[in-house]
Amino acid sequence: MTRVFISADMASVALGADQVAQAFVDAGCEVVRTGSRGLFSIEPLVEVETADGRIGYGPVAADEVRTVLDGAHPNRLGDVAALPFFAAQQRFTFARCGIVDPLSMADYAAHGGWTGLDIARSADPQAVVDTVKASGLRGRGGAGFPTGIKWQTVLDAPGAEKYIVCNADEGDSGTFADRMLMEGDPFCLIEGMAIAAHAVGAGHGYIYIRSEYAFAVETMRKAIELSAARIAPFTLEVRVGAGAYVCGEETALLDSIEGKRGQVRAKPPLPALAGLFGRPTVINNVLSLAAVPFILSAGAEAYADVGFGRSRGTMPVQLAGNVKNGGLFEVGFGITLGELVNDIGGGTASGRPVRAVQVGGPLGAYFPPSMFDLPFDYEAFTQAGGLIGHAGITVFDDSVDMAHMARFAMEFCAVESCGKCTPCRIGSTRGVEIMDRIIAARIPEPAPPTARTGTLEKALYSRSPDRIDVSPGAQTALLRDLCDTMKYGSLCALGGFTPYPVLSALDHFPEDFGAPAPIPQAAE
Amino acid sequence: MKLDEAKALVEEWLRSNGRARNGLLPLLHHLQDAIGYIDDAMVAEIASALNLSRADVHGVLTFYHDYRRKPAGRHVVKLCRAESCQARGGAAIEAAAAELLGVAMGETRHDGQVSLEAVYCLGLCAIGPNALVDGRPIARIDTAALDRIAADVAA
Repeated sequence: MTRVFISADMASVALGADQVAQAFVDAGCEVVRTGSRGLFSIEPLVEVETADGRIGYGPVAADEVRTVLDGAHPNRLGDVAALPFFAAQQRFTFARCGIVDPLSMADYAAHGGWTGLDIARSADPQAVVDTVKASGLRGRGGAGFPTGIKWQTVLDAPGAEKYIVCNADEGDSGTFADRMLMEGDPFCLIEGMAIAAHAVGAGHGYIYIRSEYAFAVETMRKAIELSAARIAPFTLEVRVGAGAYVCGEETALLDSIEGKRGQVRAKPPLPALAGLFGRPTVINNVLSLAAVPFILSAGAEAYADVGFGRSRGTMPVQLAGNVKNGGLFEVGFGITLGELVNDIGGGTASGRPVRAVQVGGPLGAYFPPSMFDLPFDYEAFTQAGGLIGHAGITVFDDSVDMAHMARFAMEFCAVESCGKCTPCRIGSTRGVEIMDRIIAARIPEPAPPTARTGTLEKALYSRSPDRIDVSPGAQTALLRDLCDTMKYGSLCALGGFTPYPVLSALDHFPEDFGAPAPIPQAAE
Repeated sequence: MKLDEAKALVEEWLRSNGRARNGLLPLLHHLQDAIGYIDDAMVAEIASALNLSRADVHGVLTFYHDYRRKPAGRHVVKLCRAESCQARGGAAIEAAAAELLGVAMGETRHDGQVSLEAVYCLGLCAIGPNALVDGRPIARIDTAALDRIAADVAA
């Protein structure tokens, strides 16, 4: 019987993989459902097991089973791993994703699974923490805080009861690496958490997954059940979010697990000292924890040898939005933004010129193509007025209106604000209003008959000046002032980072805000 | 909402999960999965089950976007509004979907047949615009796909 491999990843299913898989079952094949390889332009991808290894075909429709089995299908790709998109990657974390059956313990063990955990458990907790420190691994959720230092704090914290919490509330648009890993290689995350538990002395762990990821919730729950004996005495459970973006913020996430409104806590105390239920807690992103099994099994040096400056190891970059070769591209830090978008991403899907890319989700900055020589590195991005975040890159073509994107950033913040601090709760709503005025003022309209043109009426008892100047210039100045307040006055990154997309749009694309276009810089 | 049915569900849930406060979100999910929404009349019952104040339960219920306090339509279309889908023409699809389904974003149609809701990212960001139709993911939505969705939810 012919064995074929077809992804059951949510993205593949959205493109029709279930129907394709059923067609192969009907044709008498043995179908193995895997995770996704990570290149969506070739999904639904079918890999047929032959004497020469797995031969890929994609995209494949459900009525094309015959031609695939004959080897005559026009979309024959050959060895998928040899495609340029995959050959150029350094897959440390995603090595198994798309290849193994996600829920096969035998597959996981056969592909190097559990060796990291065995090495960790045969060593002293301090030695494990030292290894993670030496690897240079930094928090992949966005903040980039050294993971080893965080673990050290929890290890040193007094207390019999400690927790490991995995932040799988991947709400940023343009990111899907957490989802792909949980669906495609769930044991890798479980192993990483079990290693963390051994390193800091924790007995129980939570994986907090957003409710939009129903596939990941199901896969993780099954995987936890299957591996319970392997990770014992450590125990794990999945908690499902309820549609609040702010719960991706670590302290809001902890409150949500505790059964409360997902509101941000003031820091200190750090979660490492007083986290979940007031106990010392390691809270890490999916990608941070999933990087740990490789670090333990291959050694800290193997991981630290790859990278750029103080950003060590690999980053699973996600190419999204209007991009031709969208998908997951795991590579060492230091690759430039332009290489990722143009060479690997292949430019826009629409075929129009790239106008802007947003890096790091809804709280990340917009960059124009003139900044494409920026290396992928935490410090370089901070210096350029942006952030790597969760390494999602959303590509926009030249039809994008950046003033509308700035307005959307404020609108999103207003919808998702937890309401605890004023700059975020009120500032985001005022920001939408300012953007509405700027957008309205861009279009030269005939003066209304009763007009005091360019001014707003003063509200009764208002202490504001007699007339509010609604010219784009004045509103832009007000917007900058508001962003300053939000950036420095907010409790967490939601209010604090919303100014990044707004101000970067304003700085790099002033022509969309009713101001003259910037003079192009001369080539150096 | 049948209040007795909901009460029985709470009782049954308590037996296997206990009365700890951190069970509140899982309990609300459980009730909504079974009944479709959480009626305000249930708040007191849930509060006493977990030894919380009614204000506490109301606060949690209204904080999270997922929890419904009114029944949804027979079919639910969740359309992604986030940046990556916008970059692929999501705004036009959103307008067309509202027109085609005869219901505004965030509303349930008068005949109770379909609800159109916003979702901020489904994690399918390279193949947008995306939607969940009754929990089923659909990618690369164009006008033809919208027609198929409209036909699906008419049933």
